[in-house]
Amino acid sequence: MNQEQNIEQQLWAYIDGVSTNEERSVVEKLLQSNFEWKNKYRELLEVHQLMSSSEVEQPSMRFTKNVMEKIAQYHIAPATKNYINKKIIWGIAGFFITLIAVFVVYGFAQVEWTSPDNSNLPIDFSQLSKVDYSKIFSNNFVNVFMMVNVLLVLVLFDRVLANKRKQFQKQA
Amino acid sequence: MSTGLGDNEIISKVLGGEYNAYAELVSRYQGYVFTLTLRMIKSREDAEEVAQDVFVKAYRSLADFRGESKFSTWLYTITNTTCITFLRKKKLDIHSLDNEKVFEVADSKDSGFKANLVEQKSRVNMVNQAIAMLSPDDAEVITLFYKAEQNLEEISRILGIETNTVKVRLHRARTRLKEKMEKNFSEEVKNIY
Repeated sequence: MNQEQNIEQQLWAYIDGVSTNEERSVVEKLLQSNFEWKNKYRELLEVHQLMSSSEVEQPSMRFTKNVMEKIAQYHIAPATKNYINKKIIWGIAGFFITLIAVFVVYGFAQVEWTSPDNSNLPIDFSQLSKVDYSKIFSNNFVNVFMMVNVLLVLVLFDRVLANKRKQFQKQA
Repeated sequence: MSTGLGDNEIISKVLGGEYNAYAELVSRYQGYVFTLTLRMIKSREDAEEVAQDVFVKAYRSLADFRGESKFSTWLYTITNTTCITFLRKKKLDIHSLDNEKVFEVADSKDSGFKANLVEQKSRVNMVNQAIAMLSPDDAEVITLFYKAEQNLEEISRILGIETNTVKVRLHRARTRLKEKMEKNFSEEVKNIY
């Protein structure tokens, strides 16, 4: 950043009123003593005042009427927090946390915790590679996993339909 | 027809079933929303259409306004996203601050503006024309700060960016506006400085 940009940035912060007290006093001192800062400040202040003087544009005379005609066709949607069921979110989170926990427990259960005599480490990490993953991903395991997922999707679908039914009854 | 009620009171009325009370909010903010859409979209017809969409969207989601921010800040957030969606549909790249195409489009309008220069000498016109030459990003941040009376934190909430980034954007936008004014309205600018 060159010096001019730096001066401008500090002066804009001063004009916008977002500089700290310390920065303000530094800028004020410079404005009193430095000609370059004084000139720049006057220039930027003019731009600032010009921008503040720019006008708000007005739409056509029929604008409000048009909007009111459009919104007459709609209802205010219920607040998002009312139709997002927290129980479903917690249910999904619970399922995944349980799944991860099962994997971790199963993985640890497969580890041989006794260390060989020639090792100082409490755990024999070489045994980790001997975890039998084929048992985890056996056909039965995958089937159970899929069944649980299908069940969850059905429960979710049922909830969505139940909510829609309630909304429909309310509107009726 | 101003009711003198605060925004939140009007919103409570609308949520309570007095749908006509919404007209007061529309007339209160239509100028600001329209200015913002016009400065981003550049076409008066499209801007009016988008501004109407903004108020319809705001009405439909009114129950989601929790009063944690000013109603205007919430409304300008909707304005920002609606304009971005519109510009994306129009395949305009509004995200790059250094988007040369946008500047080329803006510069191509310069000749038209120059033709009107003799007739339109007022400072206000000059600023409005110079803002119209800016990219949508620059015009938006300047309009939010100077016209929509939003502070840096509120602008950061509307645009979904950090406050420091807003500061930098505002600084760049002002520098570009100054350049545009010096380039296209040199005579007027000389009289000002």
